[in-house]
Amino acid sequence: MGNVLVWVIWFVAAGACLGTGVAVVSLTNPFYSALALIGNLASLAVLFLLLSAEFLAAAQVLVYAGAVMVMFLFVVAYLGGRADAPWAGGPPLLRAAAIVAAAALLVEVVVVLGLAWGDELTSPADVSTSFGSPAEIGEIFLTDHLLAFEITSIVLLVAAVGGVVLGTTREKEEGA
Amino acid sequence: MAGPDVGWYLIVSAILFGIGALGVMLRRSPLVVLLSLEIMLNAANLILIAFSRQQGNLDGQIFALAVMAVAAAEVAIGLGLIVAMARRRLALDVDQADALRG
Repeated sequence: MGNVLVWVIWFVAAGACLGTGVAVVSLTNPFYSALALIGNLASLAVLFLLLSAEFLAAAQVLVYAGAVMVMFLFVVAYLGGRADAPWAGGPPLLRAAAIVAAAALLVEVVVVLGLAWGDELTSPADVSTSFGSPAEIGEIFLTDHLLAFEITSIVLLVAAVGGVVLGTTREKEEGA
Repeated sequence: MAGPDVGWYLIVSAILFGIGALGVMLRRSPLVVLLSLEIMLNAANLILIAFSRQQGNLDGQIFALAVMAVAAAEVAIGLGLIVAMARRRLALDVDQADALRG
């Protein structure tokens, strides 16, 4: 019974994930696209929970759906009507090529999956209940992966400085 | 683990990555291109976490956290560029933005 419930939750989350993904790509108003991406990130967080990645699910909602998307919505609001993204334009050949390329990517992954199916893909390792908890993630992050941790902090610092530099208006450009 | 095997997650992830790639290639608004990039990064995150669970090894989750941090940095820079483009009265169209020189 519990297993059926997990499958139901999985199908709802996966369906919501793909549906909102299509919405992000197809909507013409970037504001609605950004809102759809928040739904996409939230349903992905549910999938993360099913994969016993509790800390990452929380980080996904806090960092992505919270901080990053709010920043995005502020920029869309700042741009106002200029942000509208109509579908029109673009050479039809380019469009066809894009669809073929995306389909090729998908077919490749599905074929590789089909070839590997049944072996290692269906025998997950046994893990303790604390797998993916903040305590375990924190411990491994600050011991085995300390370098990655420090580099991440530098990346974020550089991005923050870059964002400020890009957003600063110089005097002579004011009247442009 | 209860519920679907890792293969099911990989299928969802592959479709999601395809959707994101389609968005990056088809749409011309830099805002929507950035959003589609986020979808692609998250599809990769889903695979990392699925394999991390399947192998019983937390390294994949650490990698996914690093990807999240890089994605946040990328959005900060990308939005900065879009605001700078809007300030200079440039068209918000990735097909027309083909010169690095401001």
